[in-house]
Amino acid sequence: MTEFQDIVLMKGNEAIAYAAIRIGVDGYFGYPITPQSEIMETLMNEAPWTTTGMVVLQAESEIAAINMVYGGAACGKAVMTSSSSPGISLKQEGISYLAGAELPCLIVNVMRGGPGLGTIQPSQSDYFQAVKGGGHGDYRLITLAPASVQEMADFVDLGLQLAFKYNNPAMILADGVIGQMMEKVKLPAYRRRRTEAEIREQCPWATLGKPATRKPNIITSLELDSVIMEQNNLRFQAKYAEITKTEVRYETIDAEDADYILVAFGAMARICQKAKDLAREQGIKVGIFRPITLWPFPSTAIDSFSAQVKGFLTVEMNAGQMVEDVRLAVNGKVPVEYYGRLGGVVPTPQEVYNALVAKFNLPN
Amino acid sequence: MSIDIDIVSPENMVYAKPELMNDTHMHYCPGCSHGVVHKLIAEVIQELDLKEKTIGIAPVGCAVFAYNYLDIDWQEAAHGRAPALATAAKRLNPDKMVFTYQGDGDLAAIGTAETLHAANRGENIAIIYINNGIYGMTGGQMSPTTLINMATATSPSGRTTSKDGAPLDMSKLLAQLDGVCLVSRQAVHTAANVKRAKRMIRLAFENSMAGKGTSVVEIVSTCSSGWKMTPAASNDWMVDNMFPVFPLGDLKNI
Amino acid sequence: MAKVKGVVVVNDERCKGCDLCVVSCPCDVLELHQHEVNSKGYHYVYMKNPEACIGCANCGYVCPDGCLTIYRKKNQ
Repeated sequence: MTEFQDIVLMKGNEAIAYAAIRIGVDGYFGYPITPQSEIMETLMNEAPWTTTGMVVLQAESEIAAINMVYGGAACGKAVMTSSSSPGISLKQEGISYLAGAELPCLIVNVMRGGPGLGTIQPSQSDYFQAVKGGGHGDYRLITLAPASVQEMADFVDLGLQLAFKYNNPAMILADGVIGQMMEKVKLPAYRRRRTEAEIREQCPWATLGKPATRKPNIITSLELDSVIMEQNNLRFQAKYAEITKTEVRYETIDAEDADYILVAFGAMARICQKAKDLAREQGIKVGIFRPITLWPFPSTAIDSFSAQVKGFLTVEMNAGQMVEDVRLAVNGKVPVEYYGRLGGVVPTPQEVYNALVAKFNLPN
Repeated sequence: MSIDIDIVSPENMVYAKPELMNDTHMHYCPGCSHGVVHKLIAEVIQELDLKEKTIGIAPVGCAVFAYNYLDIDWQEAAHGRAPALATAAKRLNPDKMVFTYQGDGDLAAIGTAETLHAANRGENIAIIYINNGIYGMTGGQMSPTTLINMATATSPSGRTTSKDGAPLDMSKLLAQLDGVCLVSRQAVHTAANVKRAKRMIRLAFENSMAGKGTSVVEIVSTCSSGWKMTPAASNDWMVDNMFPVFPLGDLKNI
Repeated sequence: MAKVKGVVVVNDERCKGCDLCVVSCPCDVLELHQHEVNSKGYHYVYMKNPEACIGCANCGYVCPDGCLTIYRKKNQ
């Protein structure tokens, strides 16, 4: 297995793979799709089954991969899969079942442009799918949006920690830029995988074989009695409310004195930093608000700037998806505008700056 | 005309419901083959002392509630996906006994890919395949194994080859795969058949624990509600019509 | 007198009156009650002809619901 210096240069996709091995993930199940295939390729090259004991398996489809994740998660194991937009669409059935059965796991989506087969270029057009429930039923997916290779590495651990804390699937919603670009990264320290005894202790619901001392563990999302099913749903909703209260994460840059705030996530937030610098050079006080958790969405934190700023510009690599949540958060107090490019086109800082000037009629 | 009460004592008991099958009344229709196969799985798990090591994967279909009847750990899969769940459960826990329980809609239609690929990888799991040629739970629709001319809710005039293709013989397909060590087709309509079916389920479980690859035991079964016959008439119909298309015996045993 | 003697004990409440045990019996021992039903409304099985039972347990093997416990004793 490759040994690294303290800080190394690598792709976001590679960072995901190395982080997974290091933090003691038990299993990865995937299917090749651009632009995230390096995740499974790196894992296969590193062959962690010979070192940490991590299982890495190439499934026959994304559907099989997510259901392998279900089977592993139901055993209380720390398991994950990764894919890109069309493949994530195929996984939606499984994600709904995982949420309904309250199973922890990590799903990585390195987004590409859609709809359909679309393009292999970067995009953020799966925002709705991730945060509004891409599968059927009233469920929520803990959604983390990394903006750097470092966060790709860090969010593997964070995603699984949150997943196990709440018995809920978690997603890293990255984009093709973050997956493919190389940056310096400090990989997490090695942590051994949990033993079966530890899993039985931490996850008393896990199906690892029924000892004489307890009743059978049954992992299911099925309940035919509508009154009980409603109670199950209310339990989920209470959990989602707790996550919304406790787990919101975001970053602000130069927002303290800002007259305008650019709201962006993932790679788009990095581009917006340069756009902000261009604006500040022109004397326009611009700040950045970067949601890190897309669900739970940092609505209160965004709204806290409503009294201070003259407007928000949401910048996305899609047709305007997150802007709806920003508008809900701001609730009409100040204008919330949108700028974005579609189909795999990545906006430049100058384009974002121009959009800001145009939307708010600023002196150029 | 009286029952000899003296005989009713533990040392004379020759047959009883297996302990692993709990007292919950099963939801299956009267005469349903599922119950017999459930009993056989329970007996095999008991006899091989795998109670504390077994993870069952339940399907979607009538047997979706299998987990209510056998006191082991269970995972309930999405329709057709049981072999994918089983793949991960077994790979992550190589010392456990992992089996799937699937019907012909689950295994031969929506889960064909998962089933064939798990078997092709030679996953060390046992697949118990209940083939009654019909979707029972949803009300008797045509399945991939519905016989030609057999009328169902979605083939009301009978299945035709020209429109729906011929009945799909999954066991024959599975037997071609190198990862598969056992494919046996059995039935449970007579005591003798029940005993043979149990021997093959036991072998499938033994193979799984010995790491020999994938074992498949198909049970040609009845669905008296879906077939619209009495249970006894269903058995006769199965012998006359199902067995010629799905003949009993071992397709592979290595 | 038969060399072996058997008894079939029926769990009336579990029985669904499917009749499969009745047709499996080589000695015509069993019958579904004509009038009696259990709490679910099923005509459950009973030993119509207990003297004929040889305790072969065929009925138990084919019973889908595990309703039957079979005892057998050889006559001395």
